[in-house]
Amino acid sequence: MISKFSSLFFELRESLGMSFIAIRANKMRSALTTLGIVIGIVSVTLMGTAIEGLNRAFKDNISKIGADNLYVQKFAWFQNDNWWKFRNRKDIKMEHFYAVQNQVSTANLITPVVGTGISVQYRSNDVAGVFAVGTSDQFFPLNNMNVEYGRLFTEAEAFGGRPVVVIGSEVAAKIFPQESGIGKNIKVGSHTYKCIGILEKQGSFLGMFSLDNRVFLPINSFFPRYGSERGIQIHAKAADPKNLDETAEELRGILRKARRVPPNQEDDFAINQQDLFIQTFNAIGLVIAGIGLFITTLSLFVGAIGIMNIMFVTVKERTKEIGIRKAIGAKRRTILLQFLIESSMLSLLGGLVGIIISYPLSLLINQIIPTSMPILIVLISILISLLVGVISGLLPAMRAAKMDPVEALRYE
Amino acid sequence: MPNVINIKNLSKFYEMGDQTVHALDNISISIDRGEYVAIMGPSGSGKSTLMNMIGCLDSPTTGLYQFNDVNVSSMTDDELARIRNKEIGFVFQTFNLLARSNALHNVELPLIYSGMGKFDRHNRAKQSLAHVGLENRMHHKPNELSGGQRQRVAIARALVTRPSIILADEPTGNLDTKTGDEIMQLFEELHLEGNTIIIVTHEEYIAEHAHRIIRVRDGKVERDEKVLKASK
Repeated sequence: MISKFSSLFFELRESLGMSFIAIRANKMRSALTTLGIVIGIVSVTLMGTAIEGLNRAFKDNISKIGADNLYVQKFAWFQNDNWWKFRNRKDIKMEHFYAVQNQVSTANLITPVVGTGISVQYRSNDVAGVFAVGTSDQFFPLNNMNVEYGRLFTEAEAFGGRPVVVIGSEVAAKIFPQESGIGKNIKVGSHTYKCIGILEKQGSFLGMFSLDNRVFLPINSFFPRYGSERGIQIHAKAADPKNLDETAEELRGILRKARRVPPNQEDDFAINQQDLFIQTFNAIGLVIAGIGLFITTLSLFVGAIGIMNIMFVTVKERTKEIGIRKAIGAKRRTILLQFLIESSMLSLLGGLVGIIISYPLSLLINQIIPTSMPILIVLISILISLLVGVISGLLPAMRAAKMDPVEALRYE
Repeated sequence: MPNVINIKNLSKFYEMGDQTVHALDNISISIDRGEYVAIMGPSGSGKSTLMNMIGCLDSPTTGLYQFNDVNVSSMTDDELARIRNKEIGFVFQTFNLLARSNALHNVELPLIYSGMGKFDRHNRAKQSLAHVGLENRMHHKPNELSGGQRQRVAIARALVTRPSIILADEPTGNLDTKTGDEIMQLFEELHLEGNTIIIVTHEEYIAEHAHRIIRVRDGKVERDEKVLKASK
């Protein structure tokens, strides 16, 4: 029994050594044969890397939306199939916000939000492309935002329309490179505001939109200066995160009444929440996985056929060698193993080359969305390429194992 | 004397189209331990088929073949492989070495198949190569060796498992006369050391090295005679 195991072990070692020699002896042929596997493994690893990136972006950004926040807007997120329908809806106005504020019982924070692109200036420091947000004091706790320096504006300042501003850290760094900006008068567009607070760093949303490149103005100072006809959004935080739907339902009822939507008509506004992001993310992930899986399967299939083909050629070429090995005592199993190992090594080589190629590509993807090649995907790739090698080598190896030693020895 | 090979009423038929070829026709031979036998015959006489039978490379259609008192005529392929590995050392006309492996690895191969550990295997293979005078050529590949040296490697490979018989098929067929003589000298020495040697050949002068000549014709034993060695 022991010698049976040890002979299997020595056969494996022998086969491994011989397969490397055989692959080395046919470098060009081996390289071309493994191309399909290389492409397959590159696509499977890149797909894994991309999905990993999406997941990370998702986890990083979803927290910024807040699981218990509701966003009342004219447009529904991720439903742009009927843009005109949304476009022609009535704007949401402050009167609607007041209606909600007066009537809502299941939301503990609620704030109007309006915004516009603008430039901000302090003395000679001029920053364009800043997003000015008009809102109330409740905006900050609703988004878990706080000041690093100075203070936030109060409810009285918000609704009294005082000319005070709380600025994002990126804007602050640009207009106050040397000094503290607290108490300084800055220009937001063409109007003068007193800077009372600088926010903590917030980061960016999906790596595209910096959350620190914003300035926050009291809502009622925004309208007279930057346009009173602008539509707003209403952001609300549910008192009980578990009953988010209840809060959404309550908002819906209040808004339908305030906007005089007839009972048989659909809403002319949308209540968006984090859930929509999760769904969209999952859908994107599924599409990437689907495409990746398709390319992977296809190229692995082509690769497997290539390996099978070359293994049939190899077996034919080495008929004499098979005869010699059988004459000096190789069993069927020995020959089977030898060619299975050779095809597996060939395929594994392709897999490793694929991983080596896709690693720098994954660093490239990292420039677009922060990600890295998951180690699990690397292990799966190695396993897949081994498996493909075994499967595609099976038929040729069986043909070799079944050869008649007399005929094989006679082969020239 | 203990029998190594005991063949009784053995036949081998091949179907060639709608015709049956009697390659071996009711042959009976027995060979004792320590004998030096030549099997002779013209081409088509069935001597190659007989060699394949004796070497357990092929199974008979009918009849009995006992090897060391074990019936091998009905063994499976893998059981035959085991017999070939442990009991039979092959030497071929075209050497049949693995081209990509060096001499040492070629000689080691049968021991790998029998599951011997690396250390013992190396030692045995080196011994075997030294035995045929090639201890300095262990790491050469077959294409770096002369014909005679290649055949010596093949003989070392045949000897390495300490088999019951050494079965040589036209071992000098691809060698010049002088080298051929050296190889035959080596077989002579191996015989004197107690090895059982069976040489298949169609050359009379090669057969004369043996101590017994079995002549085969049309699948039958034509003559089976001892060669009297006057002196040497």
